[in-house]
Amino acid sequence: MTFTTDSGIPVKAVYTPSDFPERDYEAKLGAPGEYPYTRGVYPTMYRGQLWTMRQYAGFGTAEETNRRFRYLLDEGSTGLSIAFDLPTQLGLDSDAAAAEGAVGRVGVAVDSLADMETIFEGIPLERVSTSMTINATAPVLLAMYLAVGERQGVPAAKLAGTTQNDILKEFIARGTYVFPPQPSLKLALDIVEYCQKHVPRWNTMNIAGYHIREAGADAIQELAFTLANAIAYIEAARGRGLAVDEFAPRLSYSLGCSRDLFEEVAKYRAARRLFARIMTERFQARDPKSLLFRTFSGSCGSTLVAQQPLNNIIRVTLHALMGVLGGHQAIHTACWDEGFALPSQDAATIALRTQQILAYESGVANTVDPLAGSYYVESLTDEIERRAESYLCEIDAMGGMLRAIESGYIAREIQAAAVRHQKAVDSGEKVIVGLNKFQSGEAGESPAELFEMDPEVEAKQKNNLAAVKRRRSQSDVNQALTQLEQTISRNENVMPAVLDAVKAYATLGEICGVMRSRWGEYRAPAQLR
Amino acid sequence: MKKTRVLLAKVGLDGHDRGLKLVAHYLMEAGMEVIYLGLRATPEQVAKAALDEDADVVGLSFLAGDHMVLAPRVLEGLKRKQLDDVMVLVGGIVLKRDIPLLEGMGVRKVFVPGTPPGEIVKFIQGKGAAT
Repeated sequence: MTFTTDSGIPVKAVYTPSDFPERDYEAKLGAPGEYPYTRGVYPTMYRGQLWTMRQYAGFGTAEETNRRFRYLLDEGSTGLSIAFDLPTQLGLDSDAAAAEGAVGRVGVAVDSLADMETIFEGIPLERVSTSMTINATAPVLLAMYLAVGERQGVPAAKLAGTTQNDILKEFIARGTYVFPPQPSLKLALDIVEYCQKHVPRWNTMNIAGYHIREAGADAIQELAFTLANAIAYIEAARGRGLAVDEFAPRLSYSLGCSRDLFEEVAKYRAARRLFARIMTERFQARDPKSLLFRTFSGSCGSTLVAQQPLNNIIRVTLHALMGVLGGHQAIHTACWDEGFALPSQDAATIALRTQQILAYESGVANTVDPLAGSYYVESLTDEIERRAESYLCEIDAMGGMLRAIESGYIAREIQAAAVRHQKAVDSGEKVIVGLNKFQSGEAGESPAELFEMDPEVEAKQKNNLAAVKRRRSQSDVNQALTQLEQTISRNENVMPAVLDAVKAYATLGEICGVMRSRWGEYRAPAQLR
Repeated sequence: MKKTRVLLAKVGLDGHDRGLKLVAHYLMEAGMEVIYLGLRATPEQVAKAALDEDADVVGLSFLAGDHMVLAPRVLEGLKRKQLDDVMVLVGGIVLKRDIPLLEGMGVRKVFVPGTPPGEIVKFIQGKGAAT
């Protein structure tokens, strides 16, 4: 019998000092908060400040999402994370034909500033940090958030949060792109550039491996492709004349928490070390803040199982444990019922409590990087770093990540890993409890009450939208949209014009319509091999 | 003997196609001809492609809860093109109570999360759509 990690790295029966000699300590680990940051990005880690417990939520109308957010804050959540519905992610208004059936479904529907105002009603923006899972349409949603801040009297300089704004992984993995790659990349960098000047505390990008992993990549590919995307963004930003130390400190990262506890912890540690090296050696970053691989990480939904679904609570506990042992800055824990529907409030509460139990009862947050010095974990950290780096060399040889994506190489690698995983599940080599071993009960049977979508959401949202259109000044909207069009023609940063447009209550669909007419829509080749 | 032709599509706005691409792999491995329409296909595009490609099977994947709106449209589109004999399969996150409703509309079978892709292959082979 051979033993391997979930990503196929061979595992020995016992690890000894020969796998991690004492002399490597200074070079490979060092102190937490110091180069190469293997042990963590801050010196005191959770002793100074616990990780942010950031639960991803958002559904239906803005009113419902506002209620869920206030509930999460009352229950001790320390950051907000907005899920947007697919039309919002794709720049469609709720009354668009293509939006039918999707309004308010996987997240909250946002058509105009009015919806964003409602989402944050009674939530003072200077006291929360907000993460927005938004990519192709990120400039518009960020502008709405800034406008809400302005209306609450909170200056942009005090706003804290994150826009995911990682469009490359949409082309690789998640599929929520709108415009072709080049203008998409321009929009992403517009946010980077704008925030650097006006919203200094904003995390302008969350470069995400999570979705790449969920698309089927193994841990090594996840790390390698995330870093390759980061390299592509940093090169593009420098191409626009931005200095690396001016924008890199506001980039953040995200990796998934999957099945194999030690492999995942080693992945996070390898990520910090490899990233710090890339930033110093490849980009000559000098500001220590540029070297920090700060992460927001979460449960990989694909590891949850619909059969015997309460077992997912245990899986999610392990995800959170990996995140904590791995030293993440913010953690999302999934809800056990996600395989059936949007999480119910009860399931969302358990997911949050899971983090609180780890934080306050288990003692795992008492010391920094508690697995350091484990011969196994250190050897695995080295191996993952080595394997990820060899992927990066391959991508460099192809001419960089954009080329690697366009050639279909990345998609092929991910697909091959997804197939490998499935075959191992088929054969029983990889065990999934309740699915291919220890089965009992039937698939699709949920033991508790599920979240029920309000069937009227779409109609309500369309009414709200119509009301906004009646209230606003159409000439202000037209003027703002014309201004945006001119900004795009001049190839200037779109943020100021988008901000003016959202303040005039131009809709997301109208704003993206201007961009669509200019740049067109991207249609990816349907690639199977 | 003509190879079984399977048309796969993601209808709607959701972009998660890991599952569908896995199924595609298994179908091709089993010797079937697979046509994948990619993301955000419209019901009309699916019906047209089913006709143009002479599909025996149409496989749809839904993960965003929009199946009760979109699956019926694909079925109607197929009917309009007199493709009533095409076997329509649905996979993804579908609540148990929706399964009989979809099957009542003409979906031959719904495959829920955790289904081994090989089972879908066997199902298609067993019904002998083109044998």
